[in-house]
Order: sequence, then C-alpha cells, then structure tokens
Amino acid sequence: MDRNTTRENIIELKHISRTFDDGFRVVDDFNLTIQRGEFVTFLGPSGCGKTTTLRMIAGFDKPTEGELLLNGEDIRDLPPNRRPINTVFQRYALFPHLNVFENVAFGLKLKKLPKTDIIKKVKKALEMVDLEDFENRGIQTLSGGQQQRIAIARAIVNEPEILLLDEPLGALDLKMRKEMQLELKGMHEKLGITFIYVTHDQEEALTMSDKIVVMSEGKIQQIGTPEDIYNEPKNAFVADFIGDSNIFSGIMTGKCRVRFCGAEFECVDDVEHGTMIDAVVRPEDVTITAPEKGIIRGVVTSVIFKGVHYEITVQSSKNEIVVQSTRKAELNAAVGLYIEPEGIHIMLAENTINRIESGVDKQYRLNFLGGMLDCDIASLIAGARYNTDGVLVDAHGDVVEPDRIKVIVSVKPDDITMSDDKEAGILRGHIINLIYKGDHYSYVVRTEEDEDFIVSDEDLWNMDDYVSLLIPKEKFHYALKK
Amino acid sequence: MNQFCIQKFRIQKFHFQRSQLCIPYGLFLVCFVLAPLVVIIYYAFTNGEGKPTLENLTGFFSSPNTIGTLVYSLGIAVSTTCVCLLLAYPIAYILARSKMKHKSVVLMIFVMPMWINFTLRITALKEILTVLEGNLAYHPFLNTLIGMTYDFLPFMILPIYTTLLKLDNSLLEAAADLGADTVQTFMKVTFPLSVPGIISGIVMVFLPSMTNYVVLDMLYNSTYIMGSLIGAYFSAYDWHNGSMIALILLVIILLFTLFTNRYADEDAGSSRGGVLG
Repeated sequence: MDRNTTRENIIELKHISRTFDDGFRVVDDFNLTIQRGEFVTFLGPSGCGKTTTLRMIAGFDKPTEGELLLNGEDIRDLPPNRRPINTVFQRYALFPHLNVFENVAFGLKLKKLPKTDIIKKVKKALEMVDLEDFENRGIQTLSGGQQQRIAIARAIVNEPEILLLDEPLGALDLKMRKEMQLELKGMHEKLGITFIYVTHDQEEALTMSDKIVVMSEGKIQQIGTPEDIYNEPKNAFVADFIGDSNIFSGIMTGKCRVRFCGAEFECVDDVEHGTMIDAVVRPEDVTITAPEKGIIRGVVTSVIFKGVHYEITVQSSKNEIVVQSTRKAELNAAVGLYIEPEGIHIMLAENTINRIESGVDKQYRLNFLGGMLDCDIASLIAGARYNTDGVLVDAHGDVVEPDRIKVIVSVKPDDITMSDDKEAGILRGHIINLIYKGDHYSYVVRTEEDEDFIVSDEDLWNMDDYVSLLIPKEKFHYALKK
Repeated sequence: MNQFCIQKFRIQKFHFQRSQLCIPYGLFLVCFVLAPLVVIIYYAFTNGEGKPTLENLTGFFSSPNTIGTLVYSLGIAVSTTCVCLLLAYPIAYILARSKMKHKSVVLMIFVMPMWINFTLRITALKEILTVLEGNLAYHPFLNTLIGMTYDFLPFMILPIYTTLLKLDNSLLEAAADLGADTVQTFMKVTFPLSVPGIISGIVMVFLPSMTNYVVLDMLYNSTYIMGSLIGAYFSAYDWHNGSMIALILLVIILLFTLFTNRYADEDAGSSRGGVLG
C-alpha cells in the first residue's frame, strides 16, 4: 500500500523556502505533495509567493532551502531544459520571429524528432486548442485568446509529465476566461497530465481544481479540495479571500453554542467553552425573516441587484451583516436574521495579542523597537534588586548581564489606536492587511522596524495607509522571556 | 459689435491648420535635399558645355581606375563592418545580459571616445600605429581598417545593445522550458531577435566607412576611396564627373538600404522594421 502511494506522488516539495538577495523571504517552508494527474491550484493575492513556487518547479528559480523531488528524485540542480515539465507563461512568451507552426514545433525540433512526426503532433496539438489551419500565421496577427491557445499547444505538444500554468487567463476578458476555464479543465481530463495552475482569482480556482493551495505572504494557509476550502476555511485570511464572507469575533458559550453579534447561536463545531473564536458566515447562509423570528434584528441599509441574487446589507447595532438572497428586501426595513447551525463556521481566533521580544541596554532600560520604554526590569525578576553601582543582581546576589535579559512586551489590539498624525504615536508603519470583523476592522500594521502589529479599530482605513500607533503606557504588559 | 468683429478677426489670424506647421520642414527639404539633388543630377548628366550626355556614367564604369576605387571602397566598408560586428556583438551581449550593477558606466566607456574630437583621436591612433609599425606605409589597408573600426565601433555596439536589452527574458525562459540548452537558446531565439539591431549597426557603419576619406588621409593611405575621388574631382573643378560619382554612390547606398531593410522585415516580423521601415 505504502509503495503504491509513493509511486503515485509525482512531485514533492519539502520545506521549500526562497529568500531573495535583499533578505525578503518570498516562500517560507512550503510543503506539498502532488499526485500524478491532479489539477492543483496555487491561489493567493499578488506577492504571496505562488509564482515563485511555480518557477522553482519549472527550474527558473532555485529554492534556498528544502528538497524538490520529482518521481522521488531530487531535481534542485536540474536545469529547466532537462525537466519533463512545460510552462504556459503569463504573457504567453511566444517567439515573435517564428510563425505558429514553428512556435509549436520548437520543443519537438530540439528533440530531433522525424519531420513527419513533428507535423503530425503539431497538427494534433493545434486541433486540441481549436486552431487548425493556423500553422502559417504570424504571431502578431493573432488575438490575445488565440495567442493563449498557441501557448498551451506549444506546451502540451511535448507531452510533459507536469504542465505549469502561470495565470494563463489573466489577460483575457471575462467571457473568454470562463470559456477557457472549461476548455482547460476538459483538456486536463483528456490528457491526464498533472496541471499546476497559479491564479489570484478564487472563482477560477474553485471551478477548475482538484486541490487548492491557498497562500499568503509566502506561507501555505490551507490545502484542500474546493469544497473544503470554501466550507471549512482554516483561518480568517482564507475565509476572507475565498468567496464573500462575514467574519465576526465571538466566544464559545457552551457545547456547540457560540455568541457573536450580540446573540447566541447554535453551531456544529464543538470548541471548548470560553474560547475566543472568529465565526465565518457566508452571505448565502443568512436568511432574512420577520423581525420577531430572527435571532438577531437589524435594519436594511443597502440593497444591490447582482443578477442571480440581491446583496443586502443589514446593520444590527454595531455589526454589519451581508446577506445574499433571491428575494428583495426594502431599504430601511426592520428585519430579523436567522442562521442555520451548519451555516456557522468556527475558527480559533488568531493569535490576537501583539508580542514583541525586546532587549535592555547597559542601564537596564527596555529598548522597544528603537525607543525606550519605562519598565522596571527588577520587578520582572523575583528577588532582583539594583546594587550600589546600579548593577542588577538576582536573589542570590549574582550579577544579571543586561544582554542576557529578553523581555516580551505585549499589547492587545484593542489598546492600540491609529492616527494619521505622524508625530502622535510611538511607532509608525503601513497598513498591510485588513479584515472586516462585523463590528470592527482588524488591521495588520507593519512598522518601520519591520514588526507586524494587529490593531482593532472601528474606523475604516485604507491598505497602505501610513499611520502612527498610539499605545498608552499603562497598556503595555511585560514578561521575562524564560 | 465692432469689438466682436475684431476678436473674430484675431482668432482667424492666429488659427493655424496643423498642416501649416510642416512649412518650415518643407522649406528645409526643398532647399537642402531636393534642390541639391536636382543640381547633382543636372551636373552628372551634362558636359562642360552644358549639353546632356551619358559620358560621365560610361566613363566611370569603363575606367579601371574608378572601378578599382569602387572595389577598394567596398572592400574597406565590408571589412570594417565585419570587424565591428565581430567585436561589438559579444560586448553588447555581455553588457545587456549581465546582472552587473554599473553596466551603463561600462557602456559609457565604450561610447566615450565619440565625445572626443575625431581628428584628435585619429592623430593619437596614428602615433600609436607609427610606434608599433615603424612606418605607416607598410600596412595602408590594415591601418585604415583599424582607424575605421576605432571610429565606428560605438555605432555598432549601441543598436545591438538596445535590441538585446529589450529582449523579453520570458522568451529565453520559454526556450529553456521547451528543452533548449544555452547555446540552442542563443542560436534559435536571442540571435534571430537581435537581427534588427545588427542591421541598424551595419547600416550605420557600412555607409560612412565607404566615404570617410579623412581616416585614410590622416593615416597616410594614398589609395582613393569613393569619398576622396569625389573630393579630387571637385578640387579640379570637374563638377560633372564628381556629381556622377556622388550619384552612383547614392544609388549604391539606396540599393543597400533597401536590401537590408527587406532582410530585417523577413527575419524579425513587420513590427521591427529596419532603417526605412
């Protein structure tokens, strides 16, 4: 059995990391096994490392750490021209000095195949992409969609073991894109080749893939089937990125009971009582009822027609809930909202306390990201005191070396306020992420010292806003690192 | 009412049509391109008495001396172009494809001689060659070739460098992806796509090196090339033969340009035309 499964694995990425020359870690500890014939999609926002991962599989980029196994053999040092892998490039990368036939035949000619075979195979590949009789056309005379098809034909004609597709449909218009999605899926079934597909379009990923790898900031957030990813997102990032969703901060109040939006709901996830959680509710899982029948009540603040359904926003005290419904609602009407237990997905709240490790200087002053914090180090160490020379000694009278002291400074996201007055706060940085949590936004602010802070704020700020962080002195908590 | 009329008048007065902006350029073309050409054609096909004749033309092609000059000029031009190309391509390739941080500085070093006065440069070269060879008269052709190459090399490097710099890296990756090794990628992708740059370089080196007789003069090469032949006729007040040779040179250059242009078109697709394209 074990032998059987190892044979099925076509490519394995083990602890793959890629650090750029400037120290930026694009891909961080990437672990993935792909089986022969699978359609795998790397999904994530731009800059998440998905294209870099693909380029490492193709051989254009080398992992700085980790193992890359193809059929059980390490291919880290194998150049791209010797890998049984072909790529469909983002901008097609067709050779402008060659015509359609010569482009498609490029790989076959390098393999020194007999001419008749080449002609036969090119013809077959062009039929596959519905462009027969285009052999003698110049590349410039083709439309974007046609160039796309030629790029696919040029790759599949070599019968690779793995086909890599780097956002191949990104440059096409919506209708064309939908058509090509289905065609690519059909092609995958027909050819039986392993497809690795990169996209930032969640709908594309859900439509086509057998397995989706959701990535953010170089890390895998979740691996699963489209259904898994949609129905059981592992964290707020995945929930927010895949499909529309309402995310609320809440707390478990009993066995399969959860409280958020000022009401108690029944749910299907059994999480320990008292745990802080994030609840994900898909807009289509919220039902609008009469006010007295709903678990929560609210007022309709906006109704947008979206074709198949209406997107209705309901304000319930401080929370905003997005609902998708085929039935229209009246603006400003009082409504009740009902959510089935199956419609509530519970995720453990992410590590919502900011912890920063800091050192102390020679005078035992706490050095916090370039600034000094007023903290009595002696109070953190049991029995410690300063001797007459101002040197810290512990309970036994031994000197405590300043460079051996590490202090964990922690701040709650609620205790930080943001301001656009650059001088107001003690730290400054850019907003690099924001997620709406029903009654507040959860921001991630990356400071100039390259430290990430989670900040809760009721006001809406924009991505990339440059803000300063105000933290009252008494809100800092200090603990000695053991 | 009166005021209104004046305003209207003013607007009309200052309202240019776009085509009127061409007038200065049109005048320039007529005065400095068309008129001289007509004058050259007139002198080329007349004799000293102002009567129409083809003698200048037949004279050129029946005299072994003038034919010899034409062949020698072509020889200088072809060898200069070849040497320049052989030297320039590797330099341009290395500069364009390397990940060097200061490649513009290195490129500037190659181009910088162009900023120094031409006669000064050739004089300096003459001194160096005299030291090396003893007497410049021993190797007139070689010296001329060295002088011309020194003078025209940047004109070959720059266009090739520019085309190679613009070369889309994903095309090279695509070639590698389809199984090409480094040499095959160069032969099948990089080189064919750099042909437009090579053509521009050839045009910029070949044409002037056929006529630039100053280099020959300064390096004591007493053989005539086309440029010096024209000069000699005009110094002897034989405008008719001088004009005819100028006209013949013009036709040769025109044919050459048409040829390279078509070659560039065939090779690199219509979007990357040559000089006239």
